[in-house]
Amino acid sequence: MSARDDILAKVRAAVGEAPEVAAVPRDYRRPSQSSGEELLDRFVERVEDYRATVTRCAEGDVPRELERLLDGARRVVVPDGFPWSVPGGEPDEGKSAAELNDVDAVVTTSSVGIAETGTVVLSHGAGQGRRALSLVPDLHVCVIHTDQVVAGVNEAVGVLDPLRPQTWISGPSATSDIELSRVEGVHGPRTLHVLLVG
Amino acid sequence: MTATFVGMPAFPEAARRALENAQQRHNLAHATGTIREKRASVVAEVDEWEGLRLAGAAIKDHTLRHLDDQLLALESALQERGATVHWARDADEACRIVADIAHAHDLDEVVKVKSMATQEIGLNEALAAEGIAAWETDLAELIVQLGDDLPSHILVPAIHRNRSEIREIFRTSMGEVGRPAPDALSDDPADLAAAARLHLREKFLRAKMAVSGANFAVAETGTLVVVESEGNGRMCLTLPEVLVSVVGIEKVVPTWQDLEVFMQLLPRSSTGERMNPYTSTWAGVVPDDGPQEVHVVLLDNGRTRALADEVGRQALRCIRCSACLNVCPVYERTGGHAYGSVYPGPIGAILNPLLRGVGVDEQTDSLPYASSLCGACFEACPVRIDIPSVLVELRGQVVDAHRGGLPKPEAVAMRGAAWVLSSGTRTARSERAAAFAGRLLDKMPGGRRQGERRVLGTIPVPGPGTAWSQTRDVPVPAKESFRAWWSRTDGGDEA
Repeated sequence: MSARDDILAKVRAAVGEAPEVAAVPRDYRRPSQSSGEELLDRFVERVEDYRATVTRCAEGDVPRELERLLDGARRVVVPDGFPWSVPGGEPDEGKSAAELNDVDAVVTTSSVGIAETGTVVLSHGAGQGRRALSLVPDLHVCVIHTDQVVAGVNEAVGVLDPLRPQTWISGPSATSDIELSRVEGVHGPRTLHVLLVG
Repeated sequence: MTATFVGMPAFPEAARRALENAQQRHNLAHATGTIREKRASVVAEVDEWEGLRLAGAAIKDHTLRHLDDQLLALESALQERGATVHWARDADEACRIVADIAHAHDLDEVVKVKSMATQEIGLNEALAAEGIAAWETDLAELIVQLGDDLPSHILVPAIHRNRSEIREIFRTSMGEVGRPAPDALSDDPADLAAAARLHLREKFLRAKMAVSGANFAVAETGTLVVVESEGNGRMCLTLPEVLVSVVGIEKVVPTWQDLEVFMQLLPRSSTGERMNPYTSTWAGVVPDDGPQEVHVVLLDNGRTRALADEVGRQALRCIRCSACLNVCPVYERTGGHAYGSVYPGPIGAILNPLLRGVGVDEQTDSLPYASSLCGACFEACPVRIDIPSVLVELRGQVVDAHRGGLPKPEAVAMRGAAWVLSSGTRTARSERAAAFAGRLLDKMPGGRRQGERRVLGTIPVPGPGTAWSQTRDVPVPAKESFRAWWSRTDGGDEA
C-alpha cells in the first residue's frame, strides 16, 4: 500500500465512525464600529505602534513625499506598474538576489490595509513587485490609498485572493528571541515607511 | 516514531535536575512573565475573543472529522498549481523524501524556516547523515544550533539563554560555519540580531533550496501560510529555486476564509502582538516569483494514532502558539528540556504520548503526570484544547498499559484502602482503631501543632515511596471519627 493510501485508510479508521460535529459558530463576525476618519486614525496609530512611520498626503503630493522618504537612498528599485515616477529609480528587470542586496530601497503599492492590526498586505501584482523586491533592500516605502484600509482581519481576508502570493507586513522585521525584548530589524527591511494617500 | 531527546530521563528526574539550574529558572521566569503580560493585554482588546476561540475549535474539529476529504482536496489543489505532493507515514519517510530532493539537485546545503514538524522528525540530523547541511535561520533556532543545544520552547527555542550566554555562543561558533561575529560584539539584543543578520545574509543569497513547515494549508485553494517575525521565513520562501514544505496532516483548514479566525488567534496568543511582522502565503508555483519547484510533504508520524483517541484527538487542533507553556507553573520552573521533546509544556505532555502511544517508554509515560491540573493551559488555549481532561485520560491509559507484573507500592496501598473502604464494617473497625491510636498519641510528647491538630512528622517509607512520604506530614488521627460523632450526637442535634 502506498503511504498516501495507508494514511488515508488510518484517517478513515480513526474518525469514520465518529459523530458529526456541530457547525462553525460565526458569532465573532460583528460589523465594525468605526469608519471614515476614525478608521484611518486607528490604522495610523497601529502601524506606528509597530515602529513603522506613516505619512498622510494628497494624491498630488505623492511624488514629493516619495522623494523625501527616499532621501539618502542611493539606489531605488521600482516595480513594473508603479504609478508614480521615482527620480533615479531602476526597474526590476529580474535582478538576482545578490543584485537586490546592493539596492538600498524599494517602493511598492499594496492591496489592503488592516486598521485593527496595523498591517499592510502586498499581493505582488502590478506596482507591488515580486516578493523578493520588497524583502532584500533595507528600506521599504509602501503606498496605500485610504479606500484600501479595512477595519479588521475578517474584512481583509474577504477581499484578498488566495491564489495570489501574499505578504502581510506589520511593521519592520523584528525579533523577540533574546529575552523576549523586541528588536526591530533582522532580515527584512529594517525601515518601513507607509504613505497613506487620499 | 517521534524522536525523544537522546538519553533524556523520565520527567521527575529531568525536572529535578532542571530545578537546580538557577540561571535557567531566572531566565524562564523573566521571559514567561513578560510574554504573559503582553498576551493578556492584546487578548483583552478583542471583544469577540471567546467567539473566535469557539470558531477556531469548531473549524479544526470539522476538519479532523473529514480529514480524508480535506487532504484529498488539498492534494489536488496543490497539484493543479504546479506543486508536487508527497505523503510520509513517519519521520524516516519524510526525511528520505527531503534528502532525495536535495540529492536530485546535487546540493550539500539547505536553508530552513523554523518549523516544529521538521524538528519533530529530526530532519537536520537525517540530512547531516546524508552530507547535507541544514542551516537554521530563525534567530532562536540559530542560537540553539550554534550552541549545540536543544530547543526548550515552541516559539522561543532559546528562551533558557540570556543575552550574555548568546553573545558567547555567537563569538565562539559563528566563525566555524560562516561569517564570524564582529569582534566588538556586545550583549545588546540589537547588536546580537545585527550579527545574525550579517551571518545569515550570505547563506540566504547563495541558497538553492529551502525547507519550511506551514502554519496552515488551505484545502480549497492549496494556499500554504507561514507566520513569522524576522523575515528569515520570507528569505527562505522567496529566494531559493526549490522549496520543500513539511506539513503535518492536521494543519489543513477547509477554506481561505477560515484563516480570518486563525490570523486573529495565533499572533495574539503566540507573541502577544496584534499581528506578527510577516505572514507569507503562496499557492503552488507562482510564475516568475519565488521558487519554481515546489514540494509539499504531508506528514502523519503518529497523527492518525492521536486522531483515533476519542478524548485526545482535540490535541490535533493545536496551532503551536505556545500560550500554554507561558502560563504553566510547571513549565515556568522546569523549562522545556525536562519534557524530553520538541513539544514541551502542557501541550507536549499530551501530544507526545498521543503521537507515540503509551506503555512504550518510561519517559513518554511520565509526561501526563507533569502537571498540577490547575487548568491555566485550557484557559489560555486559543483553540480550547481541554488539556487537563486529556491529561487525566492519558494517566488512565498509562496505568492500564502497566497492568500485570509487579504492582507499585502506591497500587498496593490503594488496593488495601479499597478493601477497607468498600465495606461498612471494615471501615468502622479501622476508624475505631484509628481513634484509639489518636487518643493514645495525643497524650504522648513530641510532634508539632498545625492549627488545631498535632502532626507526627513524616513516616519513613523505604524504596521509591520515600519521595512521596518525605514531603508529607502525618496528622495524629482524630479522637473520634465523623461517623462515631454522627451516631453519638444524632447528626449534631444533641451537640
